[in-house]
Amino acid sequence: MDKARPLWDTPLQFVFACISYAVGLGNVWRFPYLCQMYGGGSFLVPYLIMLIVEGMPLLYLELAVGQRMRQGSIGAWRTISPYLGGVGVASVVVSFFLSMYYNVVNAWAFWYLFHSFQDPLPWSVCPLNSNHTGYDEECEKASSTQYFWYRKTLNISPSIQESGPVQWEPALCLILAWLLVYLCILRGTESTGKVEQLANPKAWINAATQIFFSLGLGFGSLIAFASYNEPSNNCQKHAVIVSLINSSTSIFASVVTFSIYGFKATFNYESCLKKVILLLTNAFDLEDGFLTASNLEQVKGYLASANPSKYSEVLPQIKNCSLESELETAVQGTGLAFIVYTEAIKNMEVSQLWSVLYFFMLLMLGIGSMLGNTAAILTPLTDSKLISSYLPKEAISGLVCLINCAIGMVFTTKAGNYWFDIFNDYAATLSLLLIVLVETIAVCYLYGLRRFENDLKAMMGHTLNWYWKIMWAGVSPLIIISLLLFYLSDYIITGTLQYQAWDASQGQLVTKDYPPYALAIIGLLVAASIMCIPLVALGTFIKHRLKQRATGPMA
Amino acid sequence: MAKVALSGGWNFFSLCLPCVFHSERMLWLLFFLVTSVRAELCQPDAENAFKVRLSIRTALGDKAYAWDTNEEYLFKAMLAFSMRKVPNRETTDISQVLLCNVTQRVSFWFVVTDPSKSHTLPAAEVQTAIRMNRNRINNAFFLNDQTLEFLRIPSTLAPPTEPSVPTWIIIFGVIFSITVVATMLLILSGIRERRRKNEGPSEMENTEDKCENTVTIENGIPCDPLDMKGGHINDAFGTEDERLTPL
Repeated sequence: MDKARPLWDTPLQFVFACISYAVGLGNVWRFPYLCQMYGGGSFLVPYLIMLIVEGMPLLYLELAVGQRMRQGSIGAWRTISPYLGGVGVASVVVSFFLSMYYNVVNAWAFWYLFHSFQDPLPWSVCPLNSNHTGYDEECEKASSTQYFWYRKTLNISPSIQESGPVQWEPALCLILAWLLVYLCILRGTESTGKVEQLANPKAWINAATQIFFSLGLGFGSLIAFASYNEPSNNCQKHAVIVSLINSSTSIFASVVTFSIYGFKATFNYESCLKKVILLLTNAFDLEDGFLTASNLEQVKGYLASANPSKYSEVLPQIKNCSLESELETAVQGTGLAFIVYTEAIKNMEVSQLWSVLYFFMLLMLGIGSMLGNTAAILTPLTDSKLISSYLPKEAISGLVCLINCAIGMVFTTKAGNYWFDIFNDYAATLSLLLIVLVETIAVCYLYGLRRFENDLKAMMGHTLNWYWKIMWAGVSPLIIISLLLFYLSDYIITGTLQYQAWDASQGQLVTKDYPPYALAIIGLLVAASIMCIPLVALGTFIKHRLKQRATGPMA
Repeated sequence: MAKVALSGGWNFFSLCLPCVFHSERMLWLLFFLVTSVRAELCQPDAENAFKVRLSIRTALGDKAYAWDTNEEYLFKAMLAFSMRKVPNRETTDISQVLLCNVTQRVSFWFVVTDPSKSHTLPAAEVQTAIRMNRNRINNAFFLNDQTLEFLRIPSTLAPPTEPSVPTWIIIFGVIFSITVVATMLLILSGIRERRRKNEGPSEMENTEDKCENTVTIENGIPCDPLDMKGGHINDAFGTEDERLTPL
């Protein structure tokens, strides 16, 4: 008889673990971007609808499966059907890919956090050039925050082909990030329940996708967390709570992000005006302080008429400052977190304090999600009798962290950010959709919705609401299928995939095509997780056949 | 202004043609010629001339002072002072510095002439002088490199003060050591707990062996849980040996 499964101390610990996992960097840097791109407040409509028809049902399904089967993802799906162990394996593979690259963001957050204790902040000033007569050229062409991100943090190469050796500074930060994750998961489940101090068909598709990935469905983390629950735990209530908190954190984060955008846009607009004023004052030797923002247009008109030849000389250099164009720059991902936010922070009073707080917040979000990811990998491994008989839990955790850290060093090379983007865009997206689709169909049609309903009733004591049944059996799978079809057709139509590379000579991003080997790796990433499902099913089928043939003659 | 001086000079000359050989008149003529030549030395884009631009209101706001001829005098003095620091120019006089084309901006051109005031000093010398004393000149006017600009003279920017050990490494070291220490402590306590758990069951086994001899035995199987020995030993057969153990 195996020893009793560790349990959460209180149901609240479980809820906090789920929230900590679900509320991650995506809430901060993806959702506000989507809001901005798809009409601001009106994006909330498709988002909330998708939350109710897709997010909550699927979250409840995963939690219920974990709580009922009381095993990690591989064991849980094998219990539902022996041929479906592959779904669990696919989840573990995807979680493995995710943990490889996700912790790099925490490493970057650490880097920025450590650099926040300086005056002035290193990303607020450009470094000097070699003979100290001016500022560094790349920094002048771009901005000081972009320079600090692309040159000092990433030391990025001009393209994905030109890789370099591992950079020791981000490598050190990555090691620290993994050490911290290891420290948190060392004690197992008990330590991950931390208290956390967070119209257009494209809009609908993006809302559905955002809900899906924001809740972290399909990684096996939710199953892992729920497997440590008491069987009588009311995971329906918890599913609703977690998804609501996740969404409200997203909305709150976008309110903050929009105010940051506004601050940055206003500041840049005023700087632009100041530059134009200085240019005109110097060109026409006007009195210092005469030109202000209010009389700028008037004076420009006067100068154009009074001195047309000189004005036409200066005209090409005069930028048209517009607040709207500043506000329209929508950024997502690492660009938002590390460039736009730092640019806003550097212009605030007591910028060191805000910087420390901000990167500490990013770290909390990132580490919280990392713990969920590693739980998704470790729970099946520690459940498996084969591995846990040889190695104690600490050694398995350590080994997983070590392997991930070693592979993660790829992302600290000069071309590391390009590989990061590949993993971020392709490692989890398509595979997760397929995994969750198979999960939903497996529970509803292979295991049987009625049988599952009876299990839940026995576990939790109350009957399953008809709403969940309709969602699980019909609506959610349909939504996922349509998302899958859309993304597949999108990939096929757009042809070759492209990426944004940083051009140091121009000081901006340029679009380039992926080389063939990068495309091969993308294909491998997607295939590696998806292929697990049919391969394991096939393997189980063959094993059964062999066993039948072995026992057949004896009977 | 140079043209006016010249034409004024020539008018005077034509009017006073009979008196041209009078020494006093000659002196006046010479004076006008000299001033006109001097004025020609200082012109926008002249050879060895530099443009200066001041942004007093930007720098000082309400406390801005007005730019008048006294300030110009101070400027000339500072330039002469700077030139004196250049080798071979230790005797530069304030009269050798010429200012012209003062605009509302405030901006103007200047040249530094040689003692005979016939030609201007090479730009390289003036540049060196100003670069060496840029700070003193700035401070005299409560301005800085951005608000007191010498066009075509690049200022040497002060490099940021870098401590010998970068700050971030110190903080990294602190957090890294704390994390390593905490991890070690947790691992060690985990190992110690596991060792205690391993010793625990063996102690319990000894007491239960003793109890077996006093406990009523039904069907040859003792009443303690069968799985204490991990299922390797079948207690149904084990009890017979233990019955023979002396009390």
